[in-house]
Amino acid sequence: MAKVNESLFSVEGLDKRLAIKKFWKVMMTEYWIPKDINFLWAMGVVLAVTFKILIISGIFLMMYYKPDVNLAFDSVNYTIMQEVGYGWLFRHMHGVAASVIFLVIYIHMFTGIYYGSYKKGREMIWISGMLLFMTFSAAGFSGYMLPWGQMSYWAAAVITNLFAGGSLEAWGLVEWIRGGFAVNDATLTRFYMLHVFLLPISILAIIVLHFYALRIPHVNNQNSEEIDYDVEAQKYLDGNKKESKVIPFWPVFLSKDFAVLAVFLIFYFYLVFFNYNFAMDPVNFDPANSMVTPAHIYPEWYFLWSYETLRGPFFDVLGMKAMDIGLIIFGFAQVAFLIVPFLDKDPDILPAHKRKKFQIWFWIMVVDMMVLTIYGKLPPTGANAWVGFGATLTFLSLFISLPFITKSDAKKRGV
Amino acid sequence: MSNETKRRDFIGMSFGAVAAVGGAVSLVGMKKAWDPLPSVLAAGFIKIDLAGIGLEPGKPQTYKWRGKPIFVLLKTADMKDFDGDLVLGDKRYTIVEGLCTHLGCIPAWKKDIWKCACHGGEFNANGEETFGPPPKPLVVPPFSVEGSVLTLGEASEQSNAMQKARA
Repeated sequence: MAKVNESLFSVEGLDKRLAIKKFWKVMMTEYWIPKDINFLWAMGVVLAVTFKILIISGIFLMMYYKPDVNLAFDSVNYTIMQEVGYGWLFRHMHGVAASVIFLVIYIHMFTGIYYGSYKKGREMIWISGMLLFMTFSAAGFSGYMLPWGQMSYWAAAVITNLFAGGSLEAWGLVEWIRGGFAVNDATLTRFYMLHVFLLPISILAIIVLHFYALRIPHVNNQNSEEIDYDVEAQKYLDGNKKESKVIPFWPVFLSKDFAVLAVFLIFYFYLVFFNYNFAMDPVNFDPANSMVTPAHIYPEWYFLWSYETLRGPFFDVLGMKAMDIGLIIFGFAQVAFLIVPFLDKDPDILPAHKRKKFQIWFWIMVVDMMVLTIYGKLPPTGANAWVGFGATLTFLSLFISLPFITKSDAKKRGV
Repeated sequence: MSNETKRRDFIGMSFGAVAAVGGAVSLVGMKKAWDPLPSVLAAGFIKIDLAGIGLEPGKPQTYKWRGKPIFVLLKTADMKDFDGDLVLGDKRYTIVEGLCTHLGCIPAWKKDIWKCACHGGEFNANGEETFGPPPKPLVVPPFSVEGSVLTLGEASEQSNAMQKARA
């Protein structure tokens, strides 16, 4: 070790001990971002901040919440909502953020798909991102259980039932997950543990991986232009900021991000204060009752599309049970987006408007996701059942046809 | 072990063996910690006296067993006889768990069928699926009969036979 004379309590001293200057350079001032981007590239920072809001509001809720079937409902609806100073605010912040974060996740995901940001070289960014989508989904589901209302109970009952695997009848597995014959106290407490500890810590770890995965291939740009970062960064450092195609993460990129963030936060707090009801289902203000199922149960809006693929097939085909078909398509829907980098057979990285057939595919996919979401909420009777069935089949065929569509695009360009 | 094996390889392999055993054992422990508790398992028995609960034909009653609803239906003369009925004297009963075999919602009795609000599944008075996504009939719980008293949670030939009739 070299001898250090500088005081610990000075920038120089800290730099000698922790190399903070080098660290700041690598992480911030010399982390290069292309100029050719738009506001959609700010969604990552928006998500990071929303997650932070979830953690902070969650900490305050945790101090009064009781993960016990006899106490949970009142600890939320009486203690937190009525007694704790600003308890209602923390609850609404938490509930609204949990809902809104999925809206931003979907925008972030579709941006990545549109601009081909999951393709060769960037697969790890995409895969770690989809892992985040899955862990966030698990966190959303486990958190929804905690207020222990009717929707909490029946969502938990129905979703844990999925692990019986339809005709497989894996009842031992379902009872193991629940820690009982039905959803019960042990279920609530273990999902509480998952929600406040294991899932958040996993999410944090995957976020680190997600950010790190960006570092080597760099973030994509609007025209998927290949940039020589060494050359462009040198131009910037030499003062040719105008000619350079890149900007440093801090302070240039983040300043724009924070502007987008400000708009988002105004929208978010508008929802928190004036329109929080969409995240607070009225049925969930009835305490959980294992002997009465609510007339119509449905998941939160962000799960509706995959829920609809589950119940889309409503009749047996060739001796195969409708429920098993639903489960298989539902299982596929969970990994469909994860495997997009491997389904896309176009060797070039290009935005969708430069890949004509893929562009059509993209917009059909977005519309189909919306149809699935809308019909996932409606009762599955009459014509609704058929629309849901059609949209489910469309979803399936979209992902099965993706390799052929992307190949054909590449062929047309002569690749 | 060949002569080529170095001391460091040996240390590495011994660590690998210890880690594998330790990992496997801890998985067993963690699995066990999530199993239903003995008190939960022990609470899994209740008694229902079919003669003493004022059952009216065609009007099912609901009981709670292991946190699940149990439907007890005294069949009317109009309802077809079924191999899976519980027959006590001249009376025929349907005894089933009141959870839709689709995803576990509780179906409601509508005139002479059970209808599930969640996904529209329907079951007849025998608990057989007649419409919608349920893949199989309502499940018969394990129970034993003594006179007119059912003990739920205790499998017997009767409940086994009723389960078989629905398989």
